[in-house]
Parts: sequence; C-alpha cells; structure tokens
Amino acid sequence: MTPSSSIASPGAAPAHDEHHDHPNYLVDGTTIKSWLLTVDHKRIGLMFLFWVLLFFLVGGIFAMLIRLELLTPGPTIMDAMTYNRTFTLHGLVMIFLFMIPAIPAVFGNFMLPLMLGAKDVAFPRLNLLSLYIYLGGAMLALWGMLNGGLDTGWTFYAPYSTHTTTTVAPVLFGAFIIGFSSIVTGINFIVTVHTMRAPGITWFKMPLFVWAIYATSCIQVLATPVIGLLLVLVTVENLFGFGMFDPARGGDPVLFQHLFWFYSHPAVYIMVLPAFGVMSEIVASFSRKNIFGYRAVAYSSLGIAFVGFFAWGHHMFVSGQSTFVGGLFGVLTMLVGVFTAIKVFNWVGTVYKGAVDFKTPFAYFCGFLFFTVFGGMTGIALGTVSLDVPWHDTYFVVAHFHFIMVGATIMAFLAALHYWFPKMFGRTYHEGWGLVSAALIILGFNATFIPQFLLGNNGMPRRYYEYPERFQALNVASTAGASLLAFGFVIIACYLTYALFYGRAAGKNPWRSKGYEWLTESPPPTHNFVGPQPTYPEEPHFYVDPKKAEVPDAV
Amino acid sequence: MSELLNNILFLPEAASTFAERVDMLHHFVVGTTMVMSAGVGLAALFMFFRYRRRLPAQATEYVVPTLKTEFLFVSVPLVFFLAWFGIGFRDFTWVTTPPKDAMDVYVMGKQWMWKFAYPEGPNGVNVLHVPANRPVRLLITSRDVLHSFYVPAFRIKQDALPGRYTQIWFEATKPGTYQVLCTEYCGLSHSKMLAEVVVLPQEEYDVWIKDQRRGRLQDRQDALADTSLVPPVARMVEQGQVLAGSEGCLKCHSVDGSKHIGPTFLGMFDRVEKLDDGQDIRVDEAYITQSMMDPGAHLVAGYQNVMPTYQGKLQGPETAAIVEYIKSLRTPNVREGASEGPAYDAIQ
Repeated sequence: MTPSSSIASPGAAPAHDEHHDHPNYLVDGTTIKSWLLTVDHKRIGLMFLFWVLLFFLVGGIFAMLIRLELLTPGPTIMDAMTYNRTFTLHGLVMIFLFMIPAIPAVFGNFMLPLMLGAKDVAFPRLNLLSLYIYLGGAMLALWGMLNGGLDTGWTFYAPYSTHTTTTVAPVLFGAFIIGFSSIVTGINFIVTVHTMRAPGITWFKMPLFVWAIYATSCIQVLATPVIGLLLVLVTVENLFGFGMFDPARGGDPVLFQHLFWFYSHPAVYIMVLPAFGVMSEIVASFSRKNIFGYRAVAYSSLGIAFVGFFAWGHHMFVSGQSTFVGGLFGVLTMLVGVFTAIKVFNWVGTVYKGAVDFKTPFAYFCGFLFFTVFGGMTGIALGTVSLDVPWHDTYFVVAHFHFIMVGATIMAFLAALHYWFPKMFGRTYHEGWGLVSAALIILGFNATFIPQFLLGNNGMPRRYYEYPERFQALNVASTAGASLLAFGFVIIACYLTYALFYGRAAGKNPWRSKGYEWLTESPPPTHNFVGPQPTYPEEPHFYVDPKKAEVPDAV
Repeated sequence: MSELLNNILFLPEAASTFAERVDMLHHFVVGTTMVMSAGVGLAALFMFFRYRRRLPAQATEYVVPTLKTEFLFVSVPLVFFLAWFGIGFRDFTWVTTPPKDAMDVYVMGKQWMWKFAYPEGPNGVNVLHVPANRPVRLLITSRDVLHSFYVPAFRIKQDALPGRYTQIWFEATKPGTYQVLCTEYCGLSHSKMLAEVVVLPQEEYDVWIKDQRRGRLQDRQDALADTSLVPPVARMVEQGQVLAGSEGCLKCHSVDGSKHIGPTFLGMFDRVEKLDDGQDIRVDEAYITQSMMDPGAHLVAGYQNVMPTYQGKLQGPETAAIVEYIKSLRTPNVREGASEGPAYDAIQ
C-alpha cells in the first residue's frame, strides 16, 4: 500500500448513502472471527486495549496486596515468600504487560494511521502478529507465575536470579517473547511514519503524538534485543548453570546490571515518551492553540530517546562501578532532565493566549504536569550522584519512578482514553464523573507516593516484607492513599462501561479539535476515510481565525 | 533551620561527616525545586483562568517562541542541574576516596547476616564497633548473592558483591547505636538482614578492643591447656600467613624479596608495578583481590600468566586474611617507583 493509493480522483465524492456502504469499523463484521483475524489497526488497537486493561487490573490487585501486607511492621496477610512473589509479579505485569504496550499498542495503533492520513499501518498482518506474540508471551509468563511464581523482583538481579529455586525460566522466557511484540510494533510504526504520510503532511507537520511514537519505536527496536539476550542468558544460566554471572567461575554479577539497565533505562522512555505525545495533543486541543515551540518539543523527544541510551549507569552508582563512570552517567542524566524541562515549559507556554476548556482530559493534563515536574526533579536529585548514595534502593526511588514513569503514563493513558473515547466508540462519557474520578486519582496517587518519598528519606529499603516499627505511620498513610486511588479506578470503570453502551452519540468531533485524527468520522469507517482522502493544507491544531493576518506572535 | 527541614523531610539523625554534606545538597535541591515549580505551577494556574474558553469554537492567536525564550528554557534548568551535579559529584568522590589514615574493617554479607572482621581481630556478627571522629574504611564483599550495606544515619551505602571487594568510608560524629539495613534484595529474609553500628568515644573503643583481644588470647591459652579445643586464629595476619602456606601461594611468591614464579610478597603492598601492557598500577586491596580471583587481568611485566584462579576456593574472610598478610609484609627498605633492575644478581 503506497500513500497515494487511497487518493480518489478529484470530484469523485460518492453519491450513494455513505453509511450504508461504509459502516464504521465497529460494526463492519460482527463475527468473533472478524475480530480475531482482523488486520484493521483500529480493531487491533481495541483488542490491545482489552488486554492491557485486564493486565492493569491484575497488576493493580497485586499492588493492593502489597500495600495491605505493609500495613503492619510484621506479617499481616501473607508469608515472606508470597510477598516476594507478589511484588515481583506486580512489577512484571505492570511493566511488561501494561505500561510498555499501553499507549503505543493501543492509542498508537489506533491513531497513528488516522493522524497520517493513511488507511492502515505499513504492515497490517505484522500488526496482528504482534498482538498474538504479546498474548503468547503473556500466557507463558502467567503460567510460570501460577506454577510457582518467581521471587527475584522485576529486575532479576544475578546471581540471585540464577540461584533461586522458583520458576525463573518460563517467566523470563515469556518476557523474552513479549519483547518480539515490542520490536515488531516498533518496526511497523517506523515504516508507517516514513512511508505512509498523506500528501501535505511533511515531517514538521506531523502531530506531536506521531513524533513521540516515532521516537519510542526507535528505542523499542534498538534496545529490546539487549534485554531479550539477557533474559535468555539468565534463563540458560538458571537451567544449566553456565556461570556467566557467577564470580566463582569467572563470571561477573555487575555485567548483568549493565546489560539489564542498558534496556531498562531506555524502557522508561518507552513508557513516558508516548505519554508526552498524548499530552502535546491534549494541551493543544483543549486550549485551542498551536503547540508553543513545536520543533523544540519534537526534537526533545528524539533527544530523550538518544541520550536515554547513555544514562543507564545511574542505576548503579553504588554497585561498585568506578567513581569516574558514575560521574559520567550523572552528567548525561542531567541532559535527559533538560530535554524534559523544555517540554514542560512549552506545554505551559501553549496555554498562553489560548482558550482553556477544563474538561476531564485537561484535568489529567494538570495531574500529568505535577507528576512530571516532581517525578523529573526527584530524578535529577538522584542523578547528582551523592544524593543517590542514601536514596538508592529505598522507597524514595520507588516513589520517584512511580511518579515519573507510572504517574505520567497513567495520567496520559486516562487522558487519552477520555479524549479519544468519542473517536473510538462514537459515544461520550459523563463529564461530571470524569472530573470527580480524575480528582480522586490525582489525590490518591499523591497520597500513596508522597509518604513513600518520606519513607525513603527516613531510610526504609524497598522490597522489605517486615520493617522496623518507626516506618509504620507512613506505610499506613500510603496504604490509605492506595485505597483512594483504587476507588477512583472503580468509578472510571463504571461510568466508561456505561458510556460504552448507553453514552450519548458524540458526533464527528465533539471537542472541535483540529488534530488530524478528527478529520474523519467518529468512529471511523474500516478504511478510515470515505471518498477522497482528506487533504492537509494546515498544520495540526491550527486555531487561528482565517480572516486575521497570519503573522506569528513571537514571545 | 536545617533541623526543621530534616524533620519535614523525615530525614534520620545525621551522624557522620558525609551526612552533613548530603543533607546540605538535599536542602538546596529541594528548596530550589519547590520555589521554581511553585512559580511554574502558579503561572499555569493563572493562565488556565486568564485564558479560559469564552466561545465553543474560539479562534486564538498563533504564538511561537523567540530564540531568546527557547534559550532560557534550555539554559536555566541546565545551569541548576549542572551546579547540583558539581556539588554532588564532589561529595561522591569524597565518600569513595578513603583518607590514608582510615581504620580498616572487613565486612562480609551473607544470606542473611553481616560479618565484621578487624585486621587485628576480633571478628563479630551483626554488630560493628567503631570509634567516633575517626575515619573508618569498610572493605565489603559477599559470600553468596548481592547485598548492600546501608546506614541511614551515616547516609552511606555500598553494594556487596561476591568475588569482589568494594569500599566506602565514613567518620561517625556522635557516639550511639545506628541501624544497618540490607538494601539489595537477597531473598526470603532480606528484610531481616539487619545489623548495627555501635559508635564509641575513642577511649571506650580502646578499652573495648583491648578486652576483645584479651578475650581471644585467653581463649588461646585455654586451648593450649585443652587440646580438644581448636583455637580460632585471632589475628588476620596470622590467619593469612597460615593460608598462604596451605593454599600454595608461597610456592610461587617469596616473602624475602627474591624473584620467583610470581612477584614477591615482600613490600608488594602499595608498590607501583609496571604491567605487561605498559601501564602502571599501585598495588592495593582491590588489585590483590582481583589478582587472586582473576590472575590474568593485570599481569605484572616480566611474569607469565600461570597462576590459577582462587575464585570459589577462598572464602571472603580468607581472602581478606591473605590481603592483610601481604599488607603486613611492607618494609621501609622497598624502593618507591618502578624496579630499576633485577632484584638479585644474575648467575654469571
């Protein structure tokens, strides 16, 4: 499929009833087979949505179990082994099964072709394959979790992971398979962005969500093979004992950490860059403004993707790596911070002289700004090297990465879900409940993790089943916050499920947004556009009154 | 002021010289962050209100940043971040570079306890006694998986790796008892791997260590009287000497300065050796340990790579004992700098 294949000759608008001939993608084929074997990027996106939400529920249940266990200093509801397995599974499920595919595989899949004026992604069948690879890997990993479960933490640090008697092999091999899904999606998106842009959409007229997904895909393709290799090494090591990470046989345990973080640090950006992209769309849409500093935001995505590859050693300041190397990784970490700061300033700048409509997605944008600023700044603080010495592997780090990685991603995921809900399902949710639950979730998230920052300052290490009594008050506060957070999610689940079946019809463009994806019907027909392909004379989010002179107002 | 901030931030008591430095940077970073983000946040809130939507399909102006604005967006955070990094890295270098007069303690983590050994004895489990106001260097290793030695009150932390020695130092400022926690996940009882550091005033510490060593001597005399008791070797140097013989070190390394299959132990410690790749290396604990575990890693020029690895053959404390033994063979007669010729006269 070439970009030009979908262009009809001028004036060839269909004369017959469009809706009869071009049903929307939701009703075009109603058999189960038509869903399971579809190559439509929108249906694949929806199926991903179903699965990532399911895994988010599973990971969330593990999180609540952890928080309940930590209510008291001693054993509360489970034994130590169960606890160790629970936090491992919480991390594994949330990272590999929810956060990494959440935005790219769901909203990236759904929106990328719409934003590029394409009928589908470059390789539709590969796209379907990535879903089944993901499910295959997930099933193997879940089977391993149910048949013993592993207790290494999601970081699988050697030599513990090569010695433990729990079921390391199937879970790690499952994660290895999931990696292929990530690589395949990445390649697909990169090729789509390069070859499928409709005439008129130049690189610097692409929506910023596309830029973010593009940068993310580059990381996925380049970094995932490294963790794939490492997971295989650990699996083999655990099964056959080759001694690669065992110092008694000439191996090196620190080698594991280098390889692990070489993927897992960029993986953080696989999770947050799409979130940044979503927010660029939402802030432009809800303040009816072009993004302030479009190029700065686009380039900083690429900058983060690039520098992100050279910051992995900041996870290892106290691991025994040399002091000089520690410093080097510290400086590079600061650069990631600068790129993120550029984005934050430009998002806030976008509101200047705009027209803000404070709807649910915009409420999540506010939460997102908060978590990105404080999650980012605590990251900078950790990157100063000396402050990391007391904080390393304490609850401060736990709270930090939940703020920046989880907080920002969850905010963006929920914002995207609300913003694009009419696009995907053609219906609207209840705005009042939307704002209430957004407030609950932002409050709950803070109430969960601010106490954890303080716990880390106070010296509580992570992955502790029992803890000295002086840490109890803050742990109770954190658990209370987590309950509030869970309550917020329950409300969302209720009103969105209701809206899915009984929501008001949304119309084509309920937000009056000028994002490219809104140029087509909501929900879109199977091939995205009816009749001639839309043309793209204006840049996305161009809200200037056409009667006024188009002289940019420089600030 | 700093006391108040520490309370707000839930920081534990600061009881080492490093803690004071860390807390200073902590306050600087937190303070600046709060002021700056409050500024950004208030500006955002003001604009949300000032530029609220008045018409459903309101048109807006096309605003783009000037080069000056973009420059500010980049330079302001960069300047602050680099300043913090500068201070932080200075402190980090400080805490990873022990002073010359530091007192050594060997630390070994194992599932799930901490063992401490003083070069002159005694050994202890889960309680580390140190004098106040004196630099203490910890030489840390592990017997099994990774552990991490963390004392919140001192703000220090260092991973313990099997087969490697890592080091960190501290100078406790206040006598008292401080908790040690393991911060690298190490299995079932990770959260029970606790120990404590007892900081004593120098005089009390001297009394304590004298008592400990006298106790050991008493044990040995008792043991001599009753041969059924196997006496624990009290001094690490003596233990190391025994091990050097029994493990075969002395078959290749002399202790009298003569050249044999390997370099002599006499005066080896702190000597600058020329390596076969042309570089110089100062022999320290890390180099000796590495040479035992991975003999070919840095070969001294003029010697063959024939030494077998002692990886897995020596326990952590045994390695430490041999290192201490080699350290004890320092002599004032040893010349500084690289060797200027053969240490013995060649046979004519």
